[in-house]
Amino acid sequence: MTNALDAPDPHNAGISETRAERESYLRAGHTLRSWLLTTDHKRIAILYLISVTLFFFIGGAAAALIRADLVTPGGDLLTNEGYNRAFTIHGVIMVWFFLIPSIPTTFGNFLLPLMIGARDVAFPRLNLLSWYIFVIGGLITVYALIAGGVDTGWTFYTPLSSFFANGHVVLVAVAVFIAGFSSILTGLNFIVTVHKLRAPGMTWRHLPLFVWSHYATSLILVLATPVLAITLALIAAERLFGLGIFDPALGGDPLLFQHLFWFYSHPAVYIMVLPAMGVVSELVAASARKPVFGYAFVAGSSIAIAIIGFLVWGHHMFVAGQSMYASTVFSFLSLVVAVPSAIKVYNWTATLHKGRIALDPPFFFAASFIGLFVIGGLTGLALAMLAIDVHVHDTYFVVAHFHYIMVGGTVSAYFGALHYWWPKMIGRKYPLVWGRLSAAAIFFGFNLTFFPQFILGYLGMPRRYHVYDPPFQVLHVLSSAGASILAVAYLMPAFYLFYSLRYGDPAGRNPWGVTGLEWTVPSPPPKHNFMETPIVTELPYDYHVEREGEQ
Amino acid sequence: MTQGLLTWATEASEHASQVDLLLTGFSLLVFVLSAPVFVLMALFAIKYRRGKPADRTHPVNRNIWMEISWSIVPFLFIVGVFVWATVLYADLYRPPPDALEISVVAKQWMWKFEHPGGQREIDELHVPANEPVKLTMASQDVIHSLFIPALRLKQDVVPGRYTKMWFTANRPGTYHLACAEFCGTNHSLMGGRFVVLTRADYTRWLEQSDVDGSLADQGAVLFRSHGCSGCHGSSSTVHAPPLEGLYGSPVPLDDGRMVIADEGYIRDSILLPQQDIAAGYPHDMPTFRNVLDEGEVLKLVAYIKSLRKPRVLP
Repeated sequence: MTNALDAPDPHNAGISETRAERESYLRAGHTLRSWLLTTDHKRIAILYLISVTLFFFIGGAAAALIRADLVTPGGDLLTNEGYNRAFTIHGVIMVWFFLIPSIPTTFGNFLLPLMIGARDVAFPRLNLLSWYIFVIGGLITVYALIAGGVDTGWTFYTPLSSFFANGHVVLVAVAVFIAGFSSILTGLNFIVTVHKLRAPGMTWRHLPLFVWSHYATSLILVLATPVLAITLALIAAERLFGLGIFDPALGGDPLLFQHLFWFYSHPAVYIMVLPAMGVVSELVAASARKPVFGYAFVAGSSIAIAIIGFLVWGHHMFVAGQSMYASTVFSFLSLVVAVPSAIKVYNWTATLHKGRIALDPPFFFAASFIGLFVIGGLTGLALAMLAIDVHVHDTYFVVAHFHYIMVGGTVSAYFGALHYWWPKMIGRKYPLVWGRLSAAAIFFGFNLTFFPQFILGYLGMPRRYHVYDPPFQVLHVLSSAGASILAVAYLMPAFYLFYSLRYGDPAGRNPWGVTGLEWTVPSPPPKHNFMETPIVTELPYDYHVEREGEQ
Repeated sequence: MTQGLLTWATEASEHASQVDLLLTGFSLLVFVLSAPVFVLMALFAIKYRRGKPADRTHPVNRNIWMEISWSIVPFLFIVGVFVWATVLYADLYRPPPDALEISVVAKQWMWKFEHPGGQREIDELHVPANEPVKLTMASQDVIHSLFIPALRLKQDVVPGRYTKMWFTANRPGTYHLACAEFCGTNHSLMGGRFVVLTRADYTRWLEQSDVDGSLADQGAVLFRSHGCSGCHGSSSTVHAPPLEGLYGSPVPLDDGRMVIADEGYIRDSILLPQQDIAAGYPHDMPTFRNVLDEGEVLKLVAYIKSLRKPRVLP
């Protein structure tokens, strides 16, 4: 797969060593201005990569504070108020400023046009605007954090948030409200891009599964985010002007808030996990050098999850006082979501059958995702079972469950994507052995952090508890020990990926030897992606296993 | 330490044992559904790793029947567990009519319990074993959630309405109770003890507590002191609905609807009198929202519930 274009040039050391690098999008302008005013989807992806990584570390610092405090049952490190602010900021930052934008805005932005054979997204300027909106929302959140924070939890439940909480509730609500427009614009951009900019021959049947899952995610982003915006605006109106919407003292209904909030926030879980599933489909196929088993089912299951995901919000309210019949329906619909999820997991497993599996970092991250997603998903089914939920609702069981999905699942896929497409984005290879090591360390650290929390929760430890009963300490110490390992494991890639920026070997067009349009262009890709518009004739993941089947 | 954890894990009711059994059954199902994924992934990664000779002929890239079977079969098993869980859950909505009624008021950051005889306690709940107990719960401020792990039960306490929870504890002992819904600064301190006593011990405990008359008696005092009797009393000249025998009976409303006069209806009629107006009566009941707190309203409700229809002699 090497090409004359990729041959090292002895006169130019470092990032511009190869001709591909000198002509790449990274070299298309050197000033800060050329980055901040870029409309190139690849540069915007890098801007997002830098900003969401920053937010990941801010949210991570809050998590570190929480885990350090929970090592002892008393409140030694933080005050009660301080602890509440720490977990609120952890939730707000991680959900809205890391998990939701993470994969779509970085890898989605970078790869979507490349994968469908386009020169850019449909609305490049809107794409840049969406980054600016995101940054403004993020900066307001960081300002609120410095100014003292909020203590409502990321869920902003009323009437606590409208009249009883201290802190900058309105400011953070405004920040999330603003960031929501960034989500809407990105979703809109992706939908139009997938509909209008596919290269000749790139039919819907030819789309990589990464594109399918981003399409499904974009539908949710566009349809659900406005509801969040309305909900947050109503909270601000109630808090600022005493408008009685959610507060019963003013004739409002606190459960109305929960319905509105979860109508967005449950689909938001699928905003976080669907792109991750798209990444894993790519990683599994690439690692096994085989087409994804049952392409149509895997693609269709993304759309099914996006649709059914809108009909399950009430499972957050089984003990909130909603009617028994509503709970029964929501419980059943939540189980229905398990079907498309199970299809994906079983199909990925079947993809590995008779493959030629490269035990490289992408495979390890994909396998981590599948394993942790299975545990997260099945404990989610336990939570959908009404009688079990009554016991474990709002306990550490729930905390463990959603971290298995969002951190074990989405963050593993995020790191998997980073390790798989890094050579494409930067044009350099990193030491694979370090990638394998950090995948293993993340998997181990993650399980040590969150598995004990299932036990804590079933025993009855409620979530958002600063002070706890001393017998729980041993499980909390295990969890905090795991979190320390996890922190180191998350920092490891920063070192060898930065190292590879300057010292890595040139990656060449296709370092993994895989299919996909993004691997047909030089690494890093040139400013306009394709010299001439590609014409697609082969199905995705066309590895010709039949012919190459070896005995 | 283990001893400490055991008091959290104890099953103090038949329902708790049922929930644990359900979880055990579900865990087995989870194991059966997920083990193939873990085992096969590891197996394939070893057997088919790149560079290792293996039989890779005739790989299957799609098989609709296989895919349908592995989506439908697990789903049917899960639906079985769903029915089991839902039946258990439905029980929680059917308190026996003879249950001992205890009222609960939650506020930042304490639990107040009041027994029918007027015995009051804070952050501790004493109940008799082997008798159904029904809690009627109100919140003075934000949403709280009463969580009794030993019963595997939890119910949010929502301001502006009554929520209910019932159970039959069957194992005397001291357990935990906690607030499970984040309710502000000292949320994690809003807990206490849940004490299950034998009938004899419970009676003794009731006798030891200081009482200002039963809950209904205290309600009767409030009924007079706040002037309710002026309109609702039997000798009153004002045209207000009589309250004798009201509890549990259907009430036709002004707008044609019909409601059953449960605790929630009585509460709303005191605090939000313009919401549901009984048919045929003037709209001149004032609100007591800024006059009475949730604890006092619960006493009035207990009093109104105690009013039986006067016997009509033949």
